[in-house]
Amino acid sequence: MAQIPIIHLSDVLIVTTQDAISDTDALDLQDQITTAIERTGAKGLIIDISALDIVDSFLGRMLNDIAAMARLMGTKTALVGIQPAVAITLIELGLELRGISTALNVEQALRTLGARIARQT
Amino acid sequence: MAPELLPIRVTIQREEDIIRARQQGRDMARSLGFGAVDQSRIATAISELTRNILRYAGTGTAILRPATQGARRGIEIICEDEGPGISDIPFVMQEGVTTGKGLGIGLPGTQRLMDEMKIESQVGQGTTVTIRKWLR
Repeated sequence: MAQIPIIHLSDVLIVTTQDAISDTDALDLQDQITTAIERTGAKGLIIDISALDIVDSFLGRMLNDIAAMARLMGTKTALVGIQPAVAITLIELGLELRGISTALNVEQALRTLGARIARQT
Repeated sequence: MAPELLPIRVTIQREEDIIRARQQGRDMARSLGFGAVDQSRIATAISELTRNILRYAGTGTAILRPATQGARRGIEIICEDEGPGISDIPFVMQEGVTTGKGLGIGLPGTQRLMDEMKIESQVGQGTTVTIRKWLR
């Protein structure tokens, strides 16, 4: 599978997903992100899913799991760029992304994550 | 008058087939006049049902086709497999119940996304799930 680029910007990792993610891609993403957190010691993780026009229960669970794993490693996660139709579908499907903070875009996420990281240190 | 859309049959036997089925479903929904949110609901429902085929039966098919009922027009998706079947359908329709690795929201969630859902299943014979969404 193609490596998903992970951008390391000061204390934060930024991951931008492609438009269609297979189940295997999602599992690989977990591995790649946790490895990158260990390697960089990043305090924040931003996952940009603005290219995704569908998030089903499997991918939703993967995103929840990635946030939980990152939390165990001392990294805060923000999910950004959820399309309006995806947000509506997720709630009707019954998938609450608990324990994962969200922001409209990367800029907002950087601001809130940055503030939270600063408070902590 | 738009040209009549023909039914599409997608064989489900690999992960990529889930993506193919939901993209075809979204395309058909768009052609039928569904808006962005309904397209997302329909594509997500197809994703849930075709993943169930792969997870529980291994292989199966998804048939996507335009539907009519009196003056109503919409889309119908039939997901069939010859897998182990479901012995207790009310049980699997409960929130949070799963026999596999899922979250247990797939089937009840799919029902909420669509207007109609029908599950027919015989243990040892297979399962057919039919879902419909109508244009408003």
